[in-house]
Amino acid sequence: MARITMVEALNQALLQEMGRDERVIVLGEDVGRNGGVFRVTDGLFKKFGGERVIDTPLAESAIIGSAIGLAVAGFRPVAEIQFSGFLPAGFDQLISHASRMRHRSRSGYTVPMVVRCPYGGGVHALEHHSESFEAAYAHICGLKVVMPSRPFDAKGLLTEAIRDPDPVLFMEPKKVYRSIKEEVPEEEFTVPLGEANIVREGADATVVAWGSMVKTCLEAAEQSDADLEVVDLRTIKPFDRRLILQSVKKTRRLVVAHEATKTGGWGAEIAASVAESPVSRLLKAPMVRVASPDVVVPLPQYEKYFFPDIEQVLHAVGRVMSGGEQ
Amino acid sequence: MPVKKIADFSVERLEILSPEGTADEKLMPSLTKEQVMEMYRAMLLTRLFDKRAISLQRQGRIGTYGSSLGQEASVIGPAYALRKQDWLVPSFREIGAMILRGVPLHEMLQYWRGEERGHKHLAELRIMPVAIPVSTQTLHAAGIAWAMKLKGEKAIALTYFGDGGTSKGDFYEALNFAGVFKLPVVFWCQNNQFAISMPVARQTAAKTLCQKGIAAGIRCLQVDGNDIFATYAAAKQAVAEALEGRPTLVESHTYRMADHTTSDDASRYRSPEEMAAWQLKDPIDRLEKYMRSKGMLDDSLKEKIAAELTAKVQDAVLRLEECPVEPKVIFTHTYASLDPDLKEQLDTFQRTYGLRGGD
Repeated sequence: MARITMVEALNQALLQEMGRDERVIVLGEDVGRNGGVFRVTDGLFKKFGGERVIDTPLAESAIIGSAIGLAVAGFRPVAEIQFSGFLPAGFDQLISHASRMRHRSRSGYTVPMVVRCPYGGGVHALEHHSESFEAAYAHICGLKVVMPSRPFDAKGLLTEAIRDPDPVLFMEPKKVYRSIKEEVPEEEFTVPLGEANIVREGADATVVAWGSMVKTCLEAAEQSDADLEVVDLRTIKPFDRRLILQSVKKTRRLVVAHEATKTGGWGAEIAASVAESPVSRLLKAPMVRVASPDVVVPLPQYEKYFFPDIEQVLHAVGRVMSGGEQ
Repeated sequence: MPVKKIADFSVERLEILSPEGTADEKLMPSLTKEQVMEMYRAMLLTRLFDKRAISLQRQGRIGTYGSSLGQEASVIGPAYALRKQDWLVPSFREIGAMILRGVPLHEMLQYWRGEERGHKHLAELRIMPVAIPVSTQTLHAAGIAWAMKLKGEKAIALTYFGDGGTSKGDFYEALNFAGVFKLPVVFWCQNNQFAISMPVARQTAAKTLCQKGIAAGIRCLQVDGNDIFATYAAAKQAVAEALEGRPTLVESHTYRMADHTTSDDASRYRSPEEMAAWQLKDPIDRLEKYMRSKGMLDDSLKEKIAAELTAKVQDAVLRLEECPVEPKVIFTHTYASLDPDLKEQLDTFQRTYGLRGGD
């Protein structure tokens, strides 16, 4: 089996789904002739032509809004927003329409579309190129939010997202676009949405992460004296509450690590789920969130001070292992 | 080097039926007497429905409602020009168009009473649901038109929006997409002179609204929005052009005789004199004058039609009361299926409210 990067895995998913279902079309800025600024859509234009791989003018609201129209009229659009930092320009269409069209029309009209965008920092990029706003989008009812951490999941989740009957926001951790290589089956396959994955079994503490933080947590697990169970959330909305609670019931300790800023980040939702559950009585220490501070994402000179790293995860693990003492 | 003129643009306005009821025969679209009568009935039904809806709102039986009083020709003209396979993408002031295309009156009232169920048959009619965030639906129309083009279907999308809508980003983006991709779409701007209290002169510095189409490289035209023959003819031409990949922005120049919605009081910002001047241009009055002059209408027929349409509206009001609200419905259409969390929430919900039963 070939070892490929996330970019290659995503590319395979698109290639295969477009080959399998002629309703699948790709649209966005620079996705056609240029193959996408990260090359995720490379080769699609050559294979499927300009009616299925469309270079659009510069207009995020129009990309998402017209994709809604295309979806309502029978297509399965996969719209690319070049960086998650530009997604706000299309936020209105997502929250006011994509997520509501089914409800508004009693399922007469549905929006089986995917909006893909690279997210996250650590790549020394310009302003607005490093955000993690998944919690804001996860709060939109009617939308699904998926964040793969590795090539295998990226292919399976994107395939599943394209087949999903509801709108999916697919956020790709650009930091690990090319830095993780793993074996990915060449044939088509799916990974279910809404299911988390235990990527490392352990007995001492549960560490929940997603996107590029999964790699960071796995590296921390290698270095830690504690036997960590690392859970890759994979889908933010709907998220696998049950698996997390099961894991915490076993380990009795919880750390949640996300790149996004702390307050109101999705870690808060996970914390609340545990706090609401009888499992909370079993905790040997208060849970700990590892996250970026509640400030605007700084420019690259300060990246290493801003984004959570292995040290911070290890520190958090140390706190829960010691019963919550600093 | 001398400065050269590199482009020239002009904007035209179409008028066919005068306020006095005389039609310019050279510009008159081809319409049978039966078709003119259909248009009249559609406009009158719109007016009667709007009037009744406002009264229902005052009684607390439906929620906030936006009437199209005075805009009936602007609403019905384009709707009448659409074929069955075409798509209608409304804002919220085109009830008359939705009814003309087949939405049952009582379902319209259900929606305005505050139930999504009123929208459940729209997909069968290729009518998109009412769109509240201004102008955002213009992008949906572009996308739908795009789908028709990609599928090779000979169908177009027509979207309505107001003068306020032409100030928004989505509107400009939609025109641009339509032009660049040669989409089979018609953008129908109902310039009723007001965006709630904001007069159009303070909405934009542009001399006309339709000229915004020039910037996008598409056809544009202004029509007398109170002139049913002009609105119909312009729409019909725009549909034909759209099928050839030439989208149009039509500015239908009309006047909102009612308040913005039942939550508004327009007397706070406009004068009785202005309204009286526009009353003389009423779309239904002038059509009646035309029809009388052609022997198509007299007092007794007019009364008969009004009574028949009033009864239709009354019937819808009675049917409305027969549809009880079913709370479980809140859960069933957010996603295609309920995930475990939603199932649990629904369960709690049903126990809280002691509910059973389906949608």
